[in-house]
Amino acid sequence: MVAYRIDRRSGVATYVQIVQQTKQALRLGLLEPGDRLPTAREVVEATAINPNTVLKAYRELEREGLVEARRGLGTFVRRTLGATPVDSPLREELDTWAGSARAAGLDREDVAALFASVLDAHFPKGDQ
Amino acid sequence: MSSTSTTRSTVAVEARGLTVRHGRRAAAALDDCSFRLPAGRVSALVGPNGAGKSTLLATLAGLLRPSAGTLTVLGAGPAETRERIAYLAQDKPLHPQLTIAETLRMGAELNPARWDAAYARAIIEQGKLAPGTKVRKLSGGQRTRVALALALGKRPDLMLLDEPMADLDPLARHELLGTLMADAAERGTTVLMSSHIVTELADACDHLLLLGDGRIRLGGGLDDLLLAHTVVTGRGTPAELAPHLVVESRAAGRGLTALIRNDGPVDERWQAEPPSLEELLLAHLRSPGTPALITPGTTAAPAAVTR
Repeated sequence: MVAYRIDRRSGVATYVQIVQQTKQALRLGLLEPGDRLPTAREVVEATAINPNTVLKAYRELEREGLVEARRGLGTFVRRTLGATPVDSPLREELDTWAGSARAAGLDREDVAALFASVLDAHFPKGDQ
Repeated sequence: MSSTSTTRSTVAVEARGLTVRHGRRAAAALDDCSFRLPAGRVSALVGPNGAGKSTLLATLAGLLRPSAGTLTVLGAGPAETRERIAYLAQDKPLHPQLTIAETLRMGAELNPARWDAAYARAIIEQGKLAPGTKVRKLSGGQRTRVALALALGKRPDLMLLDEPMADLDPLARHELLGTLMADAAERGTTVLMSSHIVTELADACDHLLLLGDGRIRLGGGLDDLLLAHTVVTGRGTPAELAPHLVVESRAAGRGLTALIRNDGPVDERWQAEPPSLEELLLAHLRSPGTPALITPGTTAAPAAVTR
């Protein structure tokens, strides 16, 4: 079961945070097809957010075809995202690269900025 | 009770011209308030001290009689639907000499048809309170928990909460707000709660009533109200922002930054950003002369339409 973390200072709408964290869990293989998402009741009891916010996030995930609501049973994962489980070769390459960056004397913010610029070059925003 | 079930599904509260005076000659604490609270919403009741928040909550609970206007709560007069309403007053009146267990037993006896003993007990246990403890020995926050257990144990359809979280520590506040939200998720309980803690409201509530000087200043779904306003920054004068309504503007370098109520798209020479809930509230609180905005879903039906 995934546990959502709501960051009230991030400036990102709460429902978007739930959508993003669900996708992240799908990418990392923490959620697989057939898994049940927590019910709205479970999420709001743990996070003290409004139930409609959770439902809005789940509707968005459903619209994207990632999950499906089964009446009376809950919301279930339909498909997974990307092909990068935690132990994939791509992750290994990135891991090696991060090691080299560290050895070259870059600090965390340098690496984040470098990674973001390469990410933007290969995946322009609004080009999903 | 079948006569009340039809309105129950969509409208929790409908007030038209609601006016309440504390004493015949006193100024009106609520002055000609007309609004509708849709059922199943968690609504934040916000306003400066003395705006009429507590008066509105007590009136909806059937404890104060309106001097003028009409009021329908859960499809009938507040006195008739009292058993489906839970009201938590600001001072959380409990009997200090009773133990927690005796307080809950009182709740059971006062609400024989609806009382959910297991649920009330679970809320007490979550706070690790011993049922044998006398209420007078409890801290303010613990007393709030007992009062909330008493209110939720009634399994109400409408919860009226006056500053419910004010004296709670952050953990207890999070737990009790979570309990409240879980109840709303499970049973579709309508909640109206006053608070000054905007960050708490922004996440828990999906509806807003802003009171000022006894009148409704803003009313509607939180998203709708936020979307109706924009924070703009740029070089120019407030007059150049027409036809938008300028709620508040201040100098920013050689230009200004203003919170406006949109009238059509904003001209591209202004840098436009959506306001936060805090910005929206503060701008309206600092500009009491701003015309009220009540969205269609929160507007009371015209008098002629009612039965």
